[in-house]
Amino acid sequence: MADPAPLPDHDDDITGERFRWYLRGFREVVSLPALILATSFVGFAALALEAGITLAQAVFMTGIVWALPAKVVLIGAIMAGNALPAAAFAVALSSVRLTPMVVALVPELKARGTRNWVLLLLSHFVAVTSWVIAMEKVREVPRGARTAWYGGVGSSLVILNMGVVTAVYLLAQDMPAPVSAALLILTPMYFLTSLWGSARERAGRVAMALGLVLGPLFALLTPEFSLLVTGLVGGTAAYLIHRFTAGRAGA
Amino acid sequence: MTFEAIDAWWWPYLFIIVAGWLATDAWRFLGVVLGGRISETSEALVFVRAVATALVAAVIASLVLTPNGGLAEAPAWLRVGAVAAGFGVYLVTRQHMLAGIFVAEAVLLIGMALT
Repeated sequence: MADPAPLPDHDDDITGERFRWYLRGFREVVSLPALILATSFVGFAALALEAGITLAQAVFMTGIVWALPAKVVLIGAIMAGNALPAAAFAVALSSVRLTPMVVALVPELKARGTRNWVLLLLSHFVAVTSWVIAMEKVREVPRGARTAWYGGVGSSLVILNMGVVTAVYLLAQDMPAPVSAALLILTPMYFLTSLWGSARERAGRVAMALGLVLGPLFALLTPEFSLLVTGLVGGTAAYLIHRFTAGRAGA
Repeated sequence: MTFEAIDAWWWPYLFIIVAGWLATDAWRFLGVVLGGRISETSEALVFVRAVATALVAAVIASLVLTPNGGLAEAPAWLRVGAVAAGFGVYLVTRQHMLAGIFVAEAVLLIGMALT
């Protein structure tokens, strides 16, 4: 939107232009969402420290797993002394949600001629924060520069939080409860407001409201599968409501 | 085959790669394969977005209802009340994110000081 000259879909002449968009994506590292995510990683580092994970392992985990809920589940499994297959299964269950998120993002990221390996590489950066940033801002980026831009967003967030984890390990000190509570409430508040703001259609807001109500309910009924079941049931219901009301409006 | 099963420097990393990386990136890669076949404006994408959004909302609910660290020391009604107040202010102020976050923080911290 800010860029006056529209880029061609795929052209080697625009390598410099793409790099400029990469840097612009990288700049998302100084944003409110990035700050909030960093505070969430303070909490994660504290948890990892408590579980006896070494600094190198915690930083490695941050870079290679990236999604915060998956890492929290992984550490939970390690602390519980779970065997490798059980731990992998638990983490896989907590991460099924990444598939629909990537499916929703890919059509907006790719241009004509975008190579598949680029998308595979970029998909590693998909987690709630970068996904929300992307869904909110990707349409302001020219089509041909979107992969470069998202590469900047994702890599800056990963690097920042590897640094945050390191800092917490090095400084490791007990935070007073109100400070810790104030930091930990930031993540749900940010997810809540940005998810509402970035909804593409009313179905998204209905799905969000249903997820908030059904999530705790299914956490009681099917603790192992609660996220997945909530997504399917809440998402399907929201979609059906969307179809029903859209059909009536069109009639 | 637990995290501490094999006493070698590489074992924890292998554990993290299999139980952490493989178990998450496999889903992301599947998303790329499936997403490449869907048009941006397709109706199926509305459905997929609704599922993804409901999933993330469930994560939000669990962060508030089953927290760890200092947040666990605030009673559940206070946590839910603080978030609800913040979100209400966010809606009333025409989606002013900082205003919403500020109110949620204020309610939480005042509530923790009083209880």
